[in-house]
Amino acid sequence: MALSGLDIYKILPKTNCKECGFVTCLAFAMQLAKKGVEAGKCPYLSEEAGNILADAGRPPINLVSIGSGEGCLKVGNETVLFRHEEKFRNPCGIGFIIDDVLPEEQIKRTASRLGGVSFERVGQILKPDVIAVRQSSNSAEKFAAAVKAAVDASGLNPVLMPSDASGLRAALEAVKGAAPLIYRVTKDNIREFMPLAAQARVPAAVYGDTLEEQAELVKELNGGGVAQILLDTGEQEPRERIWRLTQWRRQALKKNNRLLGYPAVTVLKGKDPYSVAVEAAGDICKYAGLILLEVSEAEETLALLTLRQNIYSDPQKPLQIEPKVYTIGNAGKESPVLITTNFSLTYFTVLGEVESSKVPSYIVSVDTEGMSVLTAWAAEKFTPEKITDSLQKFGVSGLVGHNRLIIPGYVAMMSGNLEEKSGWEVVVGPKEASGLPAFLKNLS
Amino acid sequence: MKLMNNVTLISGETKMSRQEEMLEKWQGEVFTCVIGAKKDEGGTRGSVVKVGGEKTLPFLDKEGSLPNTAAVALEIFDVPPADWPEELVAAYGGVTANPLEWADACVRKFGAELLCVKLAGAHPDAGGRSPEQEAAFLSKLAAAVNVPLIVRGCGDDVKDNTLLPLCSEALKGERCLFGSASQDNYKTLTAAVTADGHGIIAESPIDLNIAKQLNILISDLGLPLERIVMDPTIGALGYGLEYAYSIMERARLAALSGDRNVACPFICFTGQETWKVKEAVAARADFPHWGDKEKRGILWEAVTASALLQAGADILVMRHPKAAEEIKKYACHR
Repeated sequence: MALSGLDIYKILPKTNCKECGFVTCLAFAMQLAKKGVEAGKCPYLSEEAGNILADAGRPPINLVSIGSGEGCLKVGNETVLFRHEEKFRNPCGIGFIIDDVLPEEQIKRTASRLGGVSFERVGQILKPDVIAVRQSSNSAEKFAAAVKAAVDASGLNPVLMPSDASGLRAALEAVKGAAPLIYRVTKDNIREFMPLAAQARVPAAVYGDTLEEQAELVKELNGGGVAQILLDTGEQEPRERIWRLTQWRRQALKKNNRLLGYPAVTVLKGKDPYSVAVEAAGDICKYAGLILLEVSEAEETLALLTLRQNIYSDPQKPLQIEPKVYTIGNAGKESPVLITTNFSLTYFTVLGEVESSKVPSYIVSVDTEGMSVLTAWAAEKFTPEKITDSLQKFGVSGLVGHNRLIIPGYVAMMSGNLEEKSGWEVVVGPKEASGLPAFLKNLS
Repeated sequence: MKLMNNVTLISGETKMSRQEEMLEKWQGEVFTCVIGAKKDEGGTRGSVVKVGGEKTLPFLDKEGSLPNTAAVALEIFDVPPADWPEELVAAYGGVTANPLEWADACVRKFGAELLCVKLAGAHPDAGGRSPEQEAAFLSKLAAAVNVPLIVRGCGDDVKDNTLLPLCSEALKGERCLFGSASQDNYKTLTAAVTADGHGIIAESPIDLNIAKQLNILISDLGLPLERIVMDPTIGALGYGLEYAYSIMERARLAALSGDRNVACPFICFTGQETWKVKEAVAARADFPHWGDKEKRGILWEAVTASALLQAGADILVMRHPKAAEEIKKYACHR
């Protein structure tokens, strides 16, 4: 949480010795508050003041990584309760649970399938992040082997769900160096689990029945050398889960409660796929840092990954594409020319429909500063003048042997004006991109 | 800034102070809107649906009252739907060809608490059924089912301005919800519903200022804010959902902070937005890695609705009965 210049001044020596290079301690404090200078410039800073300043510089919600290497999952470091206040920063992890009692071949097959799940949406690749293996067997060796098989076959970041310390020990050994998340530390196992987590330097999820117990366990973990922590909601009804997730986010951001300043994990199990998806959707919106699911069908994954992409997009910066003329398929002199905006969602929706029409085309993406058709029209970023400029700038008339231009149905009202300004013959296309395949087929 | 707390936490020497839950104390609340009137209130409905009334954010009833569960409506048309995907039509077992049977199935078979009828057949491009025809249809519909009704025009302003007043009169006293009023076209509908005892849907284009302005314009004409429900114009999951999501969160926070002019409940047309997007309707053969087509569509609608519930939706107008059932289960948790 940010300290004001005056807050900082109160804990400085107030001697105005000038050794920091500033005329007064107050001036130095003001620069510190603006992060314009390092606290270390003050030779007489007390240890306590140094700690306070270091602490104030830490994010209110710790950044935690699960897994190693480039594909590791980083969650936390969130700064707001509502995305419109700024943005949500680190997209919550989504992963799947596999049981260790399944035959090893099946574990490998499932893990390999999950590791290969990947969707492309508006130019971004969407993938699940973790694979969790739950110990239901009595055997530490079986659990460790299942963990190894699942991680190797999926390539996803590992989560270990051991039933006891021997299972945890064996699994940590099996995926040494892979920085798995331990799920989960409770008051009953903390004595055994904590040293293992500390020694392996891996993150751990922690569950307490109450806010109080949760905070005490976190404090104990910090003291025991476990710095990377996720708070677990436990198996609660949705209402209680959302309450806990909201509490922790509030405690960290509004009260600077360090003991609850960690990302959260929720586990959804034992329910039918629809309930799981609906509940997971709520958790994505309201503050989960990691969601572990029992189900793993492609359609659920696609819906949840898409929601995550939506909620974690930057509200201040709509996704944009480069304004230019895009050639779709084997377009030539006779191919239709379609006009749209440079808002990613609009462009990729139009692109998808043009591709599925199988009619080779040119799509001219006009620079509307990332606004959609109607918004850009209302804001005068998608006008006959702007479109005419783009056609000239991109040399569109040189690409085709005709002069027909297809505009979105929603801006039919600009047809006359656009014909006058551009010299192109304007054809009004469908309002929704979904009408494009039929429209384009009828055209030719 | 409480420096002493920080010192305590950093030194770690002091015994842990008690962890206290942080409760928000909101000044304002959302208006409660009642849909449907029973016999003793001058209508013929068998039940009424109350929406709104929240004194805190969704699901957080530990710190404030959430007296009404979000309502889930099923949507029908006055004519067989031309552009519904076959899975969706099939979910109703063939009754969509007959709107009255369709309505009956929504209520008796799928347990809809609220029925939304869109007068699509009145649109000049869709056959242009006359206002008299539609009013007669609505009278029959009201006799066939006894749940509260939401009635929507065909979407053509000129037609709706002759259509909806007549429909409003035909259902006088039933306390329906009529839509939609927009910034450019609200006077005719407001006058009609005010006279006939209905509520209104105020539609704004993903814009909080316009939403607020429209509520003021409508209430200035004499329709109290308790009879207005706001349609923030949502996009489906993957198609701009997050824009409406944040507009709704902002509006709800303003309402709870005491701004009465945005404190009306939200209605979201989840089904209408979902069942035209590629992920809900594309054939499995075209996108084999997207999974089962029917499940995909249901999930797309249910997940869209789930996110909107978190943003503050009070009425979800759904199309697939399975998606409606799932979201009602979830809404009951709040």
